[in-house]
Amino acid sequence: MAGNAGPIPAAAGIGLRTRHMPTLANQDTGTALTVPWLEIHSENFLCAGGPRRAMIAAIAERYPLSCHGVGLSLGSAEGLDQGHLERLATLYGWLNPGLVSEHLSWSVTGGDYLNDLLPLPYTPTTLDTVCRNVDRAQSAFGRAILVENPSAYLTFPASTMREADFLNALVTRAGCGLLLDVNNIYVTATNTCDGGDVLDSARAYIDEVPPKAVGEIHLAGHSITGGDDDRVLIDTHSTLVCEDVWTLYRYAVARLGPRPTLIEWDLDVPELPVLLGEAVQAQAILSTHENGGGRRVA
Amino acid sequence: MRMGVDAVLLELQREFRAAVLGTDDGVLGIQVAAPRGIAAARIEIYRNTVQASLAEVLAAAFPAVQRIVGPAFFDALARMFIAAEPPRAPQLSIYGSAFPAFITVASQEHHLPYLPDVARLEWARSESYFAADAPQLDPAELTRHGERIGEACFHLHSAARLIRSSFPIVTIWEMNQPENAEVPHIDMSMGESALVSRPGMHVVTRRISEGDADLIEALANGAALGTAAEAALSREPGFDLQQALEQHLRHGTFSGAQ
Repeated sequence: MAGNAGPIPAAAGIGLRTRHMPTLANQDTGTALTVPWLEIHSENFLCAGGPRRAMIAAIAERYPLSCHGVGLSLGSAEGLDQGHLERLATLYGWLNPGLVSEHLSWSVTGGDYLNDLLPLPYTPTTLDTVCRNVDRAQSAFGRAILVENPSAYLTFPASTMREADFLNALVTRAGCGLLLDVNNIYVTATNTCDGGDVLDSARAYIDEVPPKAVGEIHLAGHSITGGDDDRVLIDTHSTLVCEDVWTLYRYAVARLGPRPTLIEWDLDVPELPVLLGEAVQAQAILSTHENGGGRRVA
Repeated sequence: MRMGVDAVLLELQREFRAAVLGTDDGVLGIQVAAPRGIAAARIEIYRNTVQASLAEVLAAAFPAVQRIVGPAFFDALARMFIAAEPPRAPQLSIYGSAFPAFITVASQEHHLPYLPDVARLEWARSESYFAADAPQLDPAELTRHGERIGEACFHLHSAARLIRSSFPIVTIWEMNQPENAEVPHIDMSMGESALVSRPGMHVVTRRISEGDADLIEALANGAALGTAAEAALSREPGFDLQQALEQHLRHGTFSGAQ
């Protein structure tokens, strides 16, 4: 087992991207370029060997690690891919991550992997499918997972449930936790806005999720596209966290209490100090909460 | 809990796949809660994310091919490949193995017949990077065989790959490295063989002689060193086995010998 750096603290971490791996794998103790915890995309580490595996082994010795799956496709109608499930289970057995998470979305159909987090219609039968898939994943991993709310560019008229209600039902039935992505709430609220106030609708969403189930929060930047007639936020993870999302994050922390919080940045990934700067901002918000930031001393 | 596949969801996912892998702007069997024009624009966001992100994965795996054909043509090739052969597993480090063969026809049409072999070399480098770890054959272990070294069978390292071509692929590949501004003299009639290996976790690409390539191929097929060396010598009368073995040991071509 490679990972032994312990559970994920209720502090602000960053998503680990390949360009920063050599720095974090080889750094001296006492460096300023450090962070309470890191999150990886699980699928980037399914390779048999080589430098990437060697670096993550070194990093997992030093940092609490969260594993964020991007390809399991919990919303696939045809169920989960057994081979992929087993490869992930082996990876988690090796890295011993503090948290394991996936998405309320789908990306596999007919065995083709579409490399995006695609939207689901929220219906009782979709709920059956997702519950069955979450159950199977949790059995394979031998642990509960967190399921992340997606960003969406469209909704389906077939949906009969609101997303927050769907997540509540999922938590109750499948016994999973939630990964609350505040940027995704904002992006989806904007893109599917029916004319109401986006911030109000995002706050209402945060009010509706079961607080105890939220095991982690994600923050990220998005980009803006489209004209006046169809302004769309794209969940690119390519910029700084925007002011509205910071506002919603403060609201979420006040309501939920401090939770492990992650800065995600996937496209045009900046230098490490920029990411750490974003984490420091999140940490400041966590620390103002009465229970403090939860930063580990040891 | 109701069992069985949700046929409605399955159908929606099949339709969505066709929409994001295709090039057709007219949408679809999918019912979207938006006016038709906006619905098309929103589907286009997913299509663009899927295709652009996978094209980026291919560009990262085949940088010299991209440099040779230019970014626009590469992107067109990549999108054709993505539509024809989307990933079969959510593991992008293994996506692209079929790309070298896929570009064969387009390469011939554009008078770039060497392109598939350059792509094969780049794919070998990618495979080497992600291959299983194994120890490098220790030169001291060879002395153990003494005079019977000719009977020894060598195991190719899990990260070693031999790519042979009737084109000078290593020279072409070197010319198309970002740091390389010089264009060397290049004889297109000369084939080259590349040996990719990963000494000390660092992927290296070496040009090896045709005799040496015969040696490696014979060893990889299970021949003993003596037999493999004969094959090398019959191809290349001046072949220096000692020197070739020294290079292979230094660069981690083998993981063991017995």
